[in-house]
Amino acid sequence: MTEGARLSDGAVPVLAARGVSRLFGPNQVLFDVDFDLRPGEVHALIGENGAGKSTLMKILSGYLAPSFGGVEADGRPTVFASHREAEAQGVVLIHQEFNLAMPLTVEENIFLGRELRRGPFLRAAEMQEECRRLLARLDCDVDPRLRCRDLSAPERQMVEIAKALGRDARVLIMDEPTAVLTARETDLLLAQIDRLRAAGTAILYTSHKLDEVARIADRVTVLRDGARVASRPAAGFTEHAMAEAMVGRELSDLFPPKAAPQDEVVLSVRDLDVPGHARGASFELRRGEVLGFAGLVGAGRTELMEGLAGLRPASGEIRLFGRSVRPDDPRAMREAGLVYLTEDRKEKGLLLGFPLAENLTLLALEKFTRAGLRIDKPAEARALAQAVEDFAIAARDLRMTAGGLSGGNQQKLLLAKTLLAEPGVVIIDEPTRGVDIGAKAQIYAFIAALAAAGKSVIVVSSELPEVIGLAGRVIVMHRGRIAGALEGDAATENAIVRLAMGLDEKEPEPA
Amino acid sequence: MTSSATPSVPPTAETPSGTAPAETAPVRKPRRRFGLHVLGPLMALVALIVLGAFLNDNFLSAANVQNVLARSAFIGIIAVGMTFVITAGGIDLSVGSMAAFTAAITILAMNALVAPLGVSVLTIALGMGVALLAGLAAGLVNGALVARVRIEPFIVTLGAMGVYRSLTTWLADGGTLSLNYELRTLYRPVYYDGPFGISWPIIVFALVAILGELAMRSAPFGRHCAAIGANEQVARWSAVRVDGTRMATYALLGLLVGVATIMYVPRLGSASGGTGMLWELEAIAAVIIGGTVLKGGFGRVWGAVVGVLILSLIDNILNLASIVSPYLNGAIQGVIVILAVVLQRERKADS
Repeated sequence: MTEGARLSDGAVPVLAARGVSRLFGPNQVLFDVDFDLRPGEVHALIGENGAGKSTLMKILSGYLAPSFGGVEADGRPTVFASHREAEAQGVVLIHQEFNLAMPLTVEENIFLGRELRRGPFLRAAEMQEECRRLLARLDCDVDPRLRCRDLSAPERQMVEIAKALGRDARVLIMDEPTAVLTARETDLLLAQIDRLRAAGTAILYTSHKLDEVARIADRVTVLRDGARVASRPAAGFTEHAMAEAMVGRELSDLFPPKAAPQDEVVLSVRDLDVPGHARGASFELRRGEVLGFAGLVGAGRTELMEGLAGLRPASGEIRLFGRSVRPDDPRAMREAGLVYLTEDRKEKGLLLGFPLAENLTLLALEKFTRAGLRIDKPAEARALAQAVEDFAIAARDLRMTAGGLSGGNQQKLLLAKTLLAEPGVVIIDEPTRGVDIGAKAQIYAFIAALAAAGKSVIVVSSELPEVIGLAGRVIVMHRGRIAGALEGDAATENAIVRLAMGLDEKEPEPA
Repeated sequence: MTSSATPSVPPTAETPSGTAPAETAPVRKPRRRFGLHVLGPLMALVALIVLGAFLNDNFLSAANVQNVLARSAFIGIIAVGMTFVITAGGIDLSVGSMAAFTAAITILAMNALVAPLGVSVLTIALGMGVALLAGLAAGLVNGALVARVRIEPFIVTLGAMGVYRSLTTWLADGGTLSLNYELRTLYRPVYYDGPFGISWPIIVFALVAILGELAMRSAPFGRHCAAIGANEQVARWSAVRVDGTRMATYALLGLLVGVATIMYVPRLGSASGGTGMLWELEAIAAVIIGGTVLKGGFGRVWGAVVGVLILSLIDNILNLASIVSPYLNGAIQGVIVILAVVLQRERKADS
């Protein structure tokens, strides 16, 4: 137990849930949950996707009302009629998808709805000064005059926090704040969380990254299937024990064994340029190989792959299954046997408002089209039933929309959709972003099975253990260029990070 | 973890893992398929028919029904095309003036063809071909500007609306273009007659509506339109040819404007700068009343047909009954459009 947690032991919780249950229609997602948050502590809430974390956070921050049980603020039963009321009492939820008005400036966002004014006029200089002060508290030197849409994800995160601080937040509820951050950005954020804790702010923190939880949290509460299964000090709570508490069973090894690739080269890329993002990329991919692509966010990995898949303007020599192809049309690339699975599930991957079946078949719709005109809907339904079984997609109802699935199940649906096109080469960008540990293991198993079946897979990932655990060979990118390739045991976290930071720049080995 | 005041027991391991839904998949009972957003337009249509029959004995006579349907046909044919454009996230404000321009070109072409070909069916057939080509070309221009040059559809078609309207007035020299009198006599039956006493516009409208409904409901084209309207990026990343599909929606709409014009020209035998005035608004209103989402992602062709019939019936009832002045037609139609959007909102809350 850390110093901070011991000091605050026995203190009145600033915010607590008492026997909270919540139903959505007939579905109960929370069962009699107790939770408390003390001043000056970081309390991590962990659990698989669908375990009820988001619902509990929304109840604590006034976005949802509990069906049974209640919320206490400073030890007194409280009913937040809305999230505004919760904010007025200093309880602020920072959403995973940022709640910023992108076309507005940092300053306008931070002061949105509580602008300082003199008569009808804004006191712009004062507001800017105050913004600088708030951001300085977070060690963040973003110019308040910049528009939020021009900021990077971690900068937006800081602006969100500054906005909350500007509203005198005593309780910050952070929903997977590091999901979109790189390791270095995560370090920065954790340092700032430390600082906020020292200043007495209570922080409820959720993350799928258990190493972070172990680093930052004073206490950890684990939810499983809507019920609290553990709540204990973080000290002595190992990552492995956390994962097992979340999943509720013994965890076998996360990564399946790697199969050796065959000799045949199925994809060879020479001097691929994606203007503005990547230059001179050359690499080869063999049948049955899992090739990793590592690098910092912004190194151009995603853009390079999108260029290769015909989704961005790109030029270079590409040979796919022995034929020369031009990457100028995603459909032509798909027909040639290469598909790309996006990292951006919600904006590029799935139509969240559409039924599961229509999402599943969108990429390979021709397979379900009879006489070139009529979609065979029974065949679509069969394909969905098959995919739900093959990929263990937990769907309450096969007619539900994709947006109703949890993150892990959305990812599995996206994987099923991509593989329905029967690609020989599949590029999977961030295969487990925002996915819980149970679904992660399943997705890793699918990837290994694909390679074993003679497909070739490129895995782009910011999670180093993932790249190392899955891929036999890792290519590292740095500022739009391939900085090096590491094979087998040479692919250590340390070696990858050095390449990714541009420390060990070396010519890519011709594979 | 014990439960005292909670209504149910914590679940253990019954979370579905895929086997149960797989078995029940083939038999599915419709859920919320007939909510207010589906029944609303149909109930409004039925209510109008009952009201009409109650107010005027002639309302349900064959002649009046024929009249209402034939008048609905022009807007209806266009509204079917408009449904695809709107579903794919676009809009076309130019269809009214496009119809006027197409009518003008058609009349000029037919009149010019009288000299070499005489007053013959061939002249009329070629004129019809000109109408279809002109409509298709105009639609392709809109589509290319939207999909390839990437200008907002509202701006493109607002501009096109002015251009075609002005060109028509110019072609008619500020007056009216009239079809050759003998040609008109030969062409007239295309609007007024048809097999089994059903006039051609009604038959063509029905055909277009049925084909449109099939394309929207069961063809890849309809699915792709909805996907593009819902999220263009997802569609692109799913290897849907976004530009081509979007262009096709405008081309299809242009072609259908040509079809509507073919039916319209024999009715009056003339075209002027005032032809097809406000058709675009009626077509868009019909599409929205029918439940298609204005910002795209969901479209219903049969709904647009119902929407057109609702608008025509309001007009017809006001003309037949003398309770409310027919001058208030536009006001009532406007209220109906807004009500339809309120119903759409309920649909959203459902899902």
